[in-house]
Amino acid sequence: MLGSCKEVVTLYAVVALLLRWGVSLHSYSGQNTPPMFGDYEAQRHWMEITHKLRVEEWYQNSTNNDLLYWGLDYPPLSAYHSLICGIVAHRINPDFVSLHSSRGHESYYHKLFMRSSVIVADILIFIPAILWWCLEIRRYGARWSKLNIGFPQAAFILTYPGLILIDHGHFQYNSISIGLMVAALAAFLRKSNVIGSVLFTMAVNYKQMELYHALPFFFYLLGICLKEERVMDKLKTLIKIGFSVLLTFFFIWLPLFNADSVIPAITRLFPLNRGPYEDKVANFWCSASVIYKFHRAWGNVGMARACLAVTAIMVLPSCLNLFKYPSMKRLHLALVNSSLAFFLFSYHVHEKSILLVAIPVALIASEGWGSNSARFLLCLWFLSVSTFSMVPLLARDGLTVPTIALSILHPLLSTLIISGFQSTQKYSSLWMSMHSSRKFQGAVILSFIGCTVLTLAYLTLPPPPRYPDLFPLLISMFSCAHFLPFFVYFNYLQLTLPK
Amino acid sequence: MAYELKVVIFAYTENNVHIHLKDRRKRAGYFEGENFSATMTGGLVQEYEHTVLPKISPQTTFFLVFLSVLLLNFSRSTDFEVHRNWLAITHSLPISEWYFEKTSEWTLDYPPLFAWFEYGLSHIAKYFDPKMLDVNRLNYASWETVYFQRFSVIFTDLVYAFGTWECCIYLMKSSVRKSSKWGSQWASPSAVLSLLLLGNAGLLMVDHIHFQYNGLLFGILLISLSKMLQDQYLSASFWFAVLLNLKHIFLYISPVYFVYLLRHYCYKQRYPGVPFKRWFIQSSCQLAKLGLTVGVVFLVSFGPFIVMGQLRQPALLKLYWAPKNPLHFVRCLVLCAFGSFMFGWHVHEKAVILMIVPLSLLAVVWKREAEVYLLLSTVGHYSLFPLLFTPFEIPIKVLLLLLHSLYAYISLSNLFHIPRKLSMVPFLSRVESLYLMGLLPLFLYENIFQSSLGFDKRYPFLPLMLTSAYCAIGITYCWLKYYLHFVTMSEVIHKRKAY
Repeated sequence: MLGSCKEVVTLYAVVALLLRWGVSLHSYSGQNTPPMFGDYEAQRHWMEITHKLRVEEWYQNSTNNDLLYWGLDYPPLSAYHSLICGIVAHRINPDFVSLHSSRGHESYYHKLFMRSSVIVADILIFIPAILWWCLEIRRYGARWSKLNIGFPQAAFILTYPGLILIDHGHFQYNSISIGLMVAALAAFLRKSNVIGSVLFTMAVNYKQMELYHALPFFFYLLGICLKEERVMDKLKTLIKIGFSVLLTFFFIWLPLFNADSVIPAITRLFPLNRGPYEDKVANFWCSASVIYKFHRAWGNVGMARACLAVTAIMVLPSCLNLFKYPSMKRLHLALVNSSLAFFLFSYHVHEKSILLVAIPVALIASEGWGSNSARFLLCLWFLSVSTFSMVPLLARDGLTVPTIALSILHPLLSTLIISGFQSTQKYSSLWMSMHSSRKFQGAVILSFIGCTVLTLAYLTLPPPPRYPDLFPLLISMFSCAHFLPFFVYFNYLQLTLPK
Repeated sequence: MAYELKVVIFAYTENNVHIHLKDRRKRAGYFEGENFSATMTGGLVQEYEHTVLPKISPQTTFFLVFLSVLLLNFSRSTDFEVHRNWLAITHSLPISEWYFEKTSEWTLDYPPLFAWFEYGLSHIAKYFDPKMLDVNRLNYASWETVYFQRFSVIFTDLVYAFGTWECCIYLMKSSVRKSSKWGSQWASPSAVLSLLLLGNAGLLMVDHIHFQYNGLLFGILLISLSKMLQDQYLSASFWFAVLLNLKHIFLYISPVYFVYLLRHYCYKQRYPGVPFKRWFIQSSCQLAKLGLTVGVVFLVSFGPFIVMGQLRQPALLKLYWAPKNPLHFVRCLVLCAFGSFMFGWHVHEKAVILMIVPLSLLAVVWKREAEVYLLLSTVGHYSLFPLLFTPFEIPIKVLLLLLHSLYAYISLSNLFHIPRKLSMVPFLSRVESLYLMGLLPLFLYENIFQSSLGFDKRYPFLPLMLTSAYCAIGITYCWLKYYLHFVTMSEVIHKRKAY
């Protein structure tokens, strides 16, 4: 062992920050591409809108707020964050957020400001949340497994390339909502269900995408309530949790209640008219569209209904199982299953939504640290494929070099750390377990070769003129071909857990 | 005549083997303590067979390679243009004009072998972007140029990785330090050494963020050092001669090489019974061999002239009389580099790496030297900060320094079983800790208060002056401390393990 836990964790945090800032040096989405630019401009625009306009105007179309130009479509907590950033930006340089005239503002110092704001969010929320979770899982680990899990996992999660590339390269603040969700898990591990539900409610109110995780949380809490022996206790727990959730919602939406703009905000959050998926997504509908264009046959509304039905069916087994036997271990697995079901089958899916699956997958890898390293390798494999599925998006943003670098760094670093944490004699057992199963080994190698070949083809070969989207589509289908079996496998894992 | 010669050779080889064995025994005996007599009677020294090869070394190499790929950025320093200009000069002009070309202010001022190296590179560069090879295109930097130049540094860094590997192998096989941690993947002295060397913050900053080929040069230095430590004097001197012809800064340490080789390769101690004449002839033959090796290298290049600081003399004298202990050679090397850094003429701040790299070798073996190393590497790397001054580079330099120093403190205190106290930095006294903590306010002043107090207009060079003055105090202190340690080191002490 290298040193005490505190010291080693500090090292991990420094490495995580270094990788993040390394990605920050590169370009962002929509750099130098007027008139619409990209997510970077969207975030900047929200700072401008929230800082300059009154609350009631935030979600309403008006002469000052053209919703067609990156209108605000995230819940209020996100908007408040934009407001804070907007205030800071205004103090640094009023040109960053001046109404109308700042559209498409790009400069060296503005990039510096924006990049720092993401790093600050990571330092304040994401990294502490992950470390807290690791600490709690370590305590919990006494019952979960006898091995000293927890801290090597911090490095594994903190260096996950997908999140770093999207947040610090492409430009978004996903780490805030995901960090809040992980913090909620940590609170649950501590048995403080009220704090956990408040944290998760905040996560949902930061980004509605967190609803992918809402069902497992809901069923877990409900299951916990019903597990109490006396009826009074059942009611008491239920009321406590329900009240805290409602209260959190109430306070977050309070300014909007006053301004009477709740309905416009909600219609902004759930856009039915934007189609079942953005670009080429590695989900079921996009991959199946090669064979049959459901979307054209059923129309947007019909499609949305179909998505709802299929997603509900797919989520049901895992949720009911969790409801019946609520436990932390099952909750973690259910989070993976639910978010993966939403990613694969739901309506209006972004390729970035895979992050919501990837982080829970990184969390459940912990069981594989010692005795069962196949689990760890599977999770590592999933994370690598999830980053790969975003290659077209990242390459479009000019992030090819950091994507390649991080995709290699992450498996390297995590296996290095895990093998370092194992005892002397067994330091190679990680790879031994892989060697033991020839089929598994072959599958992983084939998959990595496939990823490499497709990435190279996408980056170098010109697509045939008849199919300009050939390579992104192939990448989506290839990733989807991974995600579907993974979905089955993770469901199998959850359903076969001992009670 | 022929017979006599044979005898001479035989006597020589036998002598050599004898010395070698005796030396091995002696070294091993000192370190093994209680096993001393057993080893003496047992004859051959037992190698540590249970030692684990530093498997993490190739992996860490990859880690650092891809870290530097990640940090690959488009900010261009003067040195970037300097090297591009040299590519252009060597490619487009006849050899006779290389050192007279003055279109750019950055004339070629490295020794000829480096010019040949650039010449070789330019023949690869022409496939990337031939325009960068035009002498008249000053400050030319297409993205191909940037990629080519940056990747050339990354590739030549592999030489550094190889040198590190060689040193680690030596350290592991030589049984120079007995440690219970040899079996550990992370904490064995050679694993620590490989990370200390590969992760050297100074080199990462100067090579990959700024722009230079120090990785290549220090790699060759490490190769030469490891050959020297393994008593392969001819190849050691060959590599050193190559190094001298790549960059003349290494002349600073050439006196150590000269004296050591003279005494331990050419004019060895005369054993009783060997006639003076024969001894002299043998020795002169050795000298001739050595001279030939070095001469050939220099023949390709040109004759050197040596600038020596006066204060290094005692160190050299001691080296001359000191008994054969190869690590002592490294010690003198460090002192010599110190001497020229402190008193040499036209010294670059980057020359501080010249002390830090060889000292890393000693730091994992002796505790006293680890103390000096920790202070020196932190302060020395901090003194390189002014090289990187753009706002985006500031977090990188801070994180790199933090990472390297933290790792060094953690791993070395773990290696030497130093108890950690909250009030003090491990290894350092209270005053030293205080001095080190002083770097923080210095950094804050430089980057925040200087401009907020409005001093940046009136005293633009104040931060630079403060940094170099503050670091000079630390480096001088390290030099004095190390010098004292060196001089007071009795023969017994420097052969024994120091704790």
